[in-house]
Amino acid sequence: MNSARNQALLWYAQRVSAMVLAVCVVVHLVTIIYAVRGGLSAAEILGRTRGNWAFGGFYAVFVLACAVHAPIGVLNALGELRAARGRLARFVAMLLALLIAMLGLRAVYAVVA
Amino acid sequence: MTDKLKVSVWRGGGDRASGSFSSYDVPRSPSQTVLDVVTHIQRHIDPTLAYRFACRVGMCGSCAMTVNGVARWTCRTHVSTVARDDAIEIAPLSNLPVIKDLVTDMREFFDKWAGARGRFKGTKTRHDDFAKVSPQSPERVAANAGIECIGCGVCYASCDVVTWRPAFLGPAALNRAWTLANDVRDIDQRERLRAVSGDAGCHSCHTQGSCSVRCPKKIEPTAGIAGLKLRAAKAALRGEL
Repeated sequence: MNSARNQALLWYAQRVSAMVLAVCVVVHLVTIIYAVRGGLSAAEILGRTRGNWAFGGFYAVFVLACAVHAPIGVLNALGELRAARGRLARFVAMLLALLIAMLGLRAVYAVVA
Repeated sequence: MTDKLKVSVWRGGGDRASGSFSSYDVPRSPSQTVLDVVTHIQRHIDPTLAYRFACRVGMCGSCAMTVNGVARWTCRTHVSTVARDDAIEIAPLSNLPVIKDLVTDMREFFDKWAGARGRFKGTKTRHDDFAKVSPQSPERVAANAGIECIGCGVCYASCDVVTWRPAFLGPAALNRAWTLANDVRDIDQRERLRAVSGDAGCHSCHTQGSCSVRCPKKIEPTAGIAGLKLRAAKAALRGEL
Protein backbone atom coordinates (compact mmCIF):
# COMPACT_ATOMS: atom_id res chain seq x y z
CA MET A 1 0.00 0.00 0.00
CA ASN A 2 1.44 3.41 -0.90
CA SER A 3 2.06 6.07 1.72
CA ALA A 4 -0.67 8.44 0.48
CA ARG A 5 -3.35 5.74 0.56
CA ASN A 6 -2.11 4.42 3.89
CA GLN A 7 -2.23 7.89 5.46
CA ALA A 8 -5.69 8.60 4.03
CA LEU A 9 -7.03 5.33 5.42
CA LEU A 10 -5.42 5.91 8.83
CA TRP A 11 -7.02 9.36 8.94
CA TYR A 12 -10.39 7.86 8.05
CA ALA A 13 -10.01 5.11 10.67
CA GLN A 14 -9.22 7.74 13.30
CA ARG A 15 -12.23 9.86 12.35
CA VAL A 16 -14.64 6.90 12.33
CA SER A 17 -13.27 5.61 15.66
CA ALA A 18 -13.68 9.15 17.07
CA MET A 19 -17.38 9.05 16.13
CA VAL A 20 -17.77 5.69 17.87
CA LEU A 21 -15.88 6.98 20.92
CA ALA A 22 -18.10 10.07 21.14
CA VAL A 23 -21.20 7.87 21.47
CA CYS A 24 -19.46 5.43 23.84
CA VAL A 25 -18.21 8.18 26.17
CA VAL A 26 -21.67 9.77 26.41
CA VAL A 27 -23.36 6.40 27.15
CA HIS A 28 -20.58 5.55 29.63
CA LEU A 29 -20.89 8.84 31.54
CA VAL A 30 -24.70 8.82 31.60
CA THR A 31 -24.65 5.23 32.87
CA ILE A 32 -22.18 6.05 35.65
CA ILE A 33 -24.09 9.14 36.78
CA TYR A 34 -27.41 7.22 36.70
CA ALA A 35 -26.03 4.12 38.43
CA VAL A 36 -24.24 5.79 41.37
CA ARG A 37 -27.05 8.15 42.40
CA GLY A 38 -27.65 6.36 45.69
CA GLY A 39 -24.14 4.93 46.13
CA LEU A 40 -22.92 1.71 44.61
CA SER A 41 -20.62 -1.02 45.93
CA ALA A 42 -18.28 -3.22 43.88
CA ALA A 43 -20.47 -6.23 44.65
CA GLU A 44 -23.54 -4.41 43.33
CA ILE A 45 -21.71 -3.42 40.13
CA LEU A 46 -20.57 -6.99 39.51
CA GLY A 47 -24.09 -8.21 40.28
CA ARG A 48 -25.37 -6.16 37.37
CA THR A 49 -22.50 -6.78 34.91
CA ARG A 50 -21.93 -10.54 35.37
CA GLY A 51 -23.54 -12.42 32.52
CA ASN A 52 -24.68 -9.19 30.85
CA TRP A 53 -23.32 -9.73 27.34
CA ALA A 54 -24.94 -6.59 25.97
CA PHE A 55 -22.87 -4.65 28.51
CA GLY A 56 -19.83 -6.70 27.50
CA GLY A 57 -20.45 -6.07 23.80
CA PHE A 58 -20.79 -2.33 24.30
CA TYR A 59 -17.54 -2.04 26.26
CA ALA A 60 -15.71 -4.34 23.83
CA VAL A 61 -16.62 -1.87 21.05
CA PHE A 62 -15.46 0.99 23.32
CA VAL A 63 -12.11 -0.72 23.90
CA LEU A 64 -11.57 -1.53 20.21
CA ALA A 65 -12.39 2.06 19.19
CA CYS A 66 -9.75 3.25 21.70
CA ALA A 67 -7.27 0.71 20.34
CA VAL A 68 -7.76 2.15 16.83
CA HIS A 69 -7.97 5.84 17.73
CA ALA A 70 -5.18 6.43 20.26
CA PRO A 71 -2.27 4.70 18.47
CA ILE A 72 -2.90 6.66 15.22
CA GLY A 73 -2.71 9.89 17.22
CA VAL A 74 0.45 8.70 18.97
CA LEU A 75 1.97 7.79 15.59
CA ASN A 76 1.41 11.37 14.37
CA ALA A 77 2.62 12.92 17.61
CA LEU A 78 5.82 10.86 17.58
CA GLY A 79 6.57 12.08 14.05
CA GLU A 80 5.90 15.73 14.87
CA LEU A 81 7.90 15.69 18.10
CA ARG A 82 10.69 14.07 16.08
CA ALA A 83 10.84 11.39 18.78
CA ALA A 84 10.41 8.57 16.29
CA ARG A 85 9.47 8.11 12.66
CA GLY A 86 9.04 5.29 10.19
CA ARG A 87 9.36 1.75 11.46
CA LEU A 88 10.04 2.59 15.10
CA ALA A 89 7.00 4.89 15.31
CA ARG A 90 4.79 2.26 13.65
CA PHE A 91 6.10 -0.39 16.05
CA VAL A 92 5.34 1.80 19.11
CA ALA A 93 1.85 2.56 17.78
CA MET A 94 1.14 -1.10 17.05
CA LEU A 95 2.38 -2.08 20.52
CA LEU A 96 0.09 0.54 22.09
CA ALA A 97 -2.86 -0.74 20.04
CA LEU A 98 -2.27 -4.31 21.23
CA LEU A 99 -1.78 -3.19 24.82
CA ILE A 100 -5.01 -1.16 24.88
CA ALA A 101 -6.96 -3.95 23.21
CA MET A 102 -5.58 -6.69 25.48
CA LEU A 103 -5.89 -4.85 28.79
CA GLY A 104 -9.27 -3.40 27.88
CA LEU A 105 -10.82 -6.64 26.68
CA ARG A 106 -9.39 -8.47 29.70
CA ALA A 107 -11.06 -5.91 32.00
CA VAL A 108 -14.38 -6.28 30.15
CA TYR A 109 -14.16 -10.07 30.39
CA ALA A 110 -13.39 -9.82 34.11
CA VAL A 111 -16.59 -7.93 34.96
CA VAL A 112 -18.87 -9.81 32.56
CA ALA A 113 -17.78 -13.46 32.81
CA MET B 1 0.96 58.19 22.03
CA THR B 2 4.39 59.79 22.11
CA ASP B 3 6.11 61.26 19.03
CA LYS B 4 8.69 58.43 18.94
CA LEU B 5 8.30 54.73 18.30
CA LYS B 6 10.82 52.23 19.65
CA VAL B 7 11.38 49.65 16.93
CA SER B 8 13.24 46.35 17.35
CA VAL B 9 14.27 44.97 13.98
CA TRP B 10 15.81 41.55 13.44
CA ARG B 11 19.16 41.93 11.70
CA GLY B 12 21.32 39.13 10.39
CA GLY B 13 22.45 37.05 7.46
CA GLY B 14 21.32 33.64 6.35
CA ASP B 15 21.53 31.98 9.76
CA ARG B 16 18.68 32.74 12.16
CA ALA B 17 20.75 31.67 15.15
CA SER B 18 23.46 34.26 14.54
CA GLY B 19 21.11 37.24 14.06
CA SER B 20 19.78 39.58 16.75
CA PHE B 21 17.42 42.51 17.24
CA SER B 22 18.61 46.09 16.78
CA SER B 23 16.73 49.09 18.20
CA TYR B 24 15.75 52.22 16.31
CA ASP B 25 13.78 55.35 17.21
CA VAL B 26 11.33 56.26 14.48
CA PRO B 27 9.14 59.42 14.47
CA ARG B 28 5.39 58.69 14.64
CA SER B 29 3.04 60.05 12.00
CA PRO B 30 -0.70 59.80 11.36
CA SER B 31 -1.90 56.58 9.66
CA GLN B 32 1.66 55.24 9.75
CA THR B 33 2.01 51.62 8.62
CA VAL B 34 4.65 49.13 9.74
CA LEU B 35 6.05 49.24 6.19
CA ASP B 36 6.41 53.05 6.55
CA VAL B 37 8.44 52.39 9.70
CA VAL B 38 10.77 49.92 7.97
CA THR B 39 11.15 52.28 5.00
CA HIS B 40 12.01 55.17 7.34
CA ILE B 41 14.74 53.11 9.00
CA GLN B 42 16.24 52.10 5.65
CA ARG B 43 16.09 55.59 4.11
CA HIS B 44 17.04 57.74 7.11
CA ILE B 45 18.85 55.61 9.70
CA ASP B 46 20.51 52.51 8.22
CA PRO B 47 20.58 52.01 4.42
CA THR B 48 21.94 48.46 4.86
CA LEU B 49 18.58 47.18 6.15
CA ALA B 50 17.16 44.62 3.71
CA TYR B 51 13.41 44.17 3.30
CA ARG B 52 11.02 43.34 0.49
CA PHE B 53 7.97 45.22 -0.76
CA ALA B 54 6.36 46.17 -4.06
CA CYS B 55 2.80 47.51 -4.31
CA ARG B 56 2.34 49.02 -0.78
CA VAL B 57 -1.44 48.57 -1.07
CA GLY B 58 -2.13 44.92 -0.20
CA MET B 59 -2.14 43.50 -3.71
CA CYS B 60 1.24 41.84 -4.21
CA GLY B 61 1.83 40.02 -0.90
CA SER B 62 5.58 40.65 -0.83
CA CYS B 63 5.90 42.73 2.37
CA ALA B 64 4.76 40.08 4.89
CA MET B 65 6.84 40.05 8.09
CA THR B 66 6.46 38.99 11.69
CA VAL B 67 5.19 41.96 13.69
CA ASN B 68 5.10 41.48 17.48
CA GLY B 69 5.27 37.73 16.91
CA VAL B 70 2.42 37.60 14.38
CA ALA B 71 2.81 37.22 10.60
CA ARG B 72 1.18 40.19 8.83
CA TRP B 73 1.23 42.32 5.72
CA THR B 74 3.24 45.32 6.91
CA CYS B 75 1.70 47.62 4.28
CA ARG B 76 -1.80 47.05 5.65
CA THR B 77 -0.91 47.10 9.34
CA HIS B 78 -1.22 50.46 11.07
CA VAL B 79 1.34 51.04 13.80
CA SER B 80 -1.46 52.25 16.09
CA THR B 81 -3.11 48.80 16.00
CA VAL B 82 0.00 46.83 16.97
CA ALA B 83 2.23 49.14 19.07
CA ARG B 84 2.46 48.26 22.75
CA ASP B 85 3.89 50.98 25.02
CA ASP B 86 5.03 52.83 21.89
CA ALA B 87 7.17 49.90 20.77
CA ILE B 88 7.02 47.23 18.06
CA GLU B 89 9.16 44.26 17.11
CA ILE B 90 9.69 43.35 13.46
CA ALA B 91 11.22 40.03 12.32
CA PRO B 92 11.29 37.98 9.11
CA LEU B 93 8.52 35.44 8.45
CA SER B 94 8.85 32.17 10.38
CA ASN B 95 9.25 28.74 8.75
CA LEU B 96 11.30 30.14 5.85
CA PRO B 97 15.07 30.54 5.42
CA VAL B 98 16.32 34.10 5.89
CA ILE B 99 18.34 35.69 3.11
CA LYS B 100 19.16 38.89 5.01
CA ASP B 101 17.44 40.89 7.76
CA LEU B 102 13.69 40.88 6.96
CA VAL B 103 13.94 39.12 3.59
CA THR B 104 13.05 35.43 3.46
CA ASP B 105 13.73 32.91 0.72
CA MET B 106 10.29 32.00 -0.69
CA ARG B 107 11.51 29.23 -3.02
CA GLU B 108 10.52 26.40 -0.70
CA PHE B 109 7.06 27.98 -0.27
CA PHE B 110 6.40 28.13 -4.03
CA ASP B 111 8.07 24.77 -4.73
CA LYS B 112 5.41 23.26 -2.47
CA TRP B 113 2.66 24.78 -4.65
CA ALA B 114 4.20 22.84 -7.52
CA GLY B 115 4.50 19.78 -5.23
CA ALA B 116 0.75 19.97 -4.56
CA ARG B 117 0.17 20.00 -8.33
CA GLY B 118 -1.09 23.55 -8.05
CA ARG B 119 -1.29 24.13 -11.77
CA PHE B 120 -4.32 23.83 -14.00
CA LYS B 121 -4.38 21.02 -16.54
CA GLY B 122 -7.24 21.03 -19.00
CA THR B 123 -8.10 19.41 -22.30
CA LYS B 124 -9.39 22.33 -24.37
CA THR B 125 -7.38 24.49 -26.71
CA ARG B 126 -7.90 28.07 -27.84
CA HIS B 127 -9.89 26.71 -30.77
CA ASP B 128 -12.53 25.15 -28.51
CA ASP B 129 -15.55 26.96 -27.12
CA PHE B 130 -15.47 28.31 -23.55
CA ALA B 131 -16.29 25.85 -20.79
CA LYS B 132 -19.56 26.77 -19.11
CA VAL B 133 -19.38 26.68 -15.31
CA SER B 134 -22.40 27.89 -13.37
CA PRO B 135 -21.38 30.48 -10.73
CA GLN B 136 -23.91 28.83 -8.40
CA SER B 137 -22.55 25.28 -8.75
CA PRO B 138 -21.16 23.84 -5.46
CA GLU B 139 -17.72 23.31 -7.05
CA ARG B 140 -17.48 26.90 -8.28
CA VAL B 141 -18.64 28.24 -4.89
CA ALA B 142 -16.01 26.10 -3.12
CA ALA B 143 -13.27 27.26 -5.52
CA ASN B 144 -14.33 30.91 -5.12
CA ALA B 145 -13.77 30.70 -1.36
CA GLY B 146 -10.03 30.11 -1.86
CA ILE B 147 -9.23 31.66 -5.22
CA GLU B 148 -8.12 35.11 -3.98
CA CYS B 149 -4.85 33.90 -2.46
CA ILE B 150 -1.91 36.10 -3.52
CA GLY B 151 0.83 33.88 -2.07
CA CYS B 152 2.11 36.19 0.68
CA GLY B 153 3.21 33.32 2.94
CA VAL B 154 1.44 34.60 6.09
CA CYS B 155 -0.44 31.30 6.53
CA TYR B 156 2.72 29.26 5.93
CA ALA B 157 4.65 31.25 8.53
CA SER B 158 1.77 30.87 11.01
CA CYS B 159 1.45 27.08 10.64
CA ASP B 160 2.86 25.01 13.53
CA VAL B 161 2.65 21.83 11.45
CA VAL B 162 5.14 23.34 8.96
CA THR B 163 7.46 23.95 11.93
CA TRP B 164 7.08 20.37 13.16
CA ARG B 165 7.10 18.71 9.74
CA PRO B 166 9.29 20.72 7.36
CA ALA B 167 8.07 18.59 4.42
CA PHE B 168 4.42 19.58 5.06
CA LEU B 169 3.05 21.31 1.97
CA GLY B 170 1.43 24.04 4.05
CA PRO B 171 -1.90 25.88 3.96
CA ALA B 172 -1.35 27.97 0.81
CA ALA B 173 -0.33 25.06 -1.43
CA LEU B 174 -3.18 22.91 -0.12
CA ASN B 175 -5.65 25.77 -0.56
CA ARG B 176 -4.48 26.08 -4.17
CA ALA B 177 -4.92 22.32 -4.63
CA TRP B 178 -8.44 22.59 -3.20
CA THR B 179 -9.45 25.33 -5.64
CA LEU B 180 -8.22 23.13 -8.52
CA ALA B 181 -9.89 20.05 -7.03
CA ASN B 182 -13.12 22.01 -7.52
CA ASP B 183 -12.31 23.05 -11.07
CA VAL B 184 -14.57 20.85 -13.19
CA ARG B 185 -12.36 21.46 -16.28
CA ASP B 186 -9.21 20.06 -14.65
CA ILE B 187 -8.14 16.53 -15.57
CA ASP B 188 -5.32 16.07 -13.07
CA GLN B 189 -7.55 15.25 -10.10
CA ARG B 190 -6.29 11.79 -9.21
CA GLU B 191 -2.61 12.74 -9.33
CA ARG B 192 -3.35 15.89 -7.35
CA LEU B 193 -5.17 13.96 -4.60
CA ARG B 194 -2.21 11.58 -4.45
CA ALA B 195 0.20 14.54 -4.21
CA VAL B 196 -1.67 16.19 -1.34
CA SER B 197 -2.17 13.01 0.72
CA GLY B 198 0.26 11.37 3.10
CA ASP B 199 2.71 12.63 5.71
CA ALA B 200 3.55 15.82 3.85
CA GLY B 201 -0.03 16.46 2.77
CA CYS B 202 -3.45 17.37 4.09
CA HIS B 203 -3.61 14.49 6.59
CA SER B 204 -0.93 16.10 8.74
CA CYS B 205 -3.07 19.23 9.33
CA HIS B 206 -4.35 19.46 12.93
CA THR B 207 -7.07 21.99 12.07
CA GLN B 208 -5.58 24.48 14.53
CA GLY B 209 -6.77 27.24 12.22
CA SER B 210 -3.88 29.75 12.61
CA CYS B 211 -3.78 30.04 8.81
CA SER B 212 -7.48 30.92 8.64
CA VAL B 213 -7.24 33.41 11.51
CA ARG B 214 -4.23 35.24 10.08
CA CYS B 215 -4.96 35.17 6.34
CA PRO B 216 -5.20 38.85 5.30
CA LYS B 217 -7.56 37.83 2.47
CA LYS B 218 -9.89 36.04 4.94
CA ILE B 219 -9.42 32.73 3.13
CA GLU B 220 -9.91 29.58 5.21
CA PRO B 221 -7.27 27.06 4.11
CA THR B 222 -8.39 24.86 7.02
CA ALA B 223 -11.77 24.34 5.34
CA GLY B 224 -10.15 23.44 2.01
CA ILE B 225 -7.76 21.03 3.74
CA ALA B 226 -10.72 19.34 5.47
CA GLY B 227 -12.32 18.96 2.03
CA LEU B 228 -9.14 17.41 0.62
CA LYS B 229 -8.93 14.97 3.56
CA LEU B 230 -12.45 13.74 2.92
CA ARG B 231 -11.96 13.40 -0.84
CA ALA B 232 -8.65 11.59 -0.35
CA ALA B 233 -10.20 9.21 2.19
CA LYS B 234 -13.06 8.40 -0.15
CA ALA B 235 -10.64 7.87 -3.03
CA ALA B 236 -8.49 5.60 -0.82
CA LEU B 237 -11.52 3.49 0.10
CA ARG B 238 -12.37 3.13 -3.59
CA GLY B 239 -8.74 2.12 -4.25
CA GLU B 240 -8.16 5.18 -6.45
CA LEU B 241 -5.34 6.72 -4.45
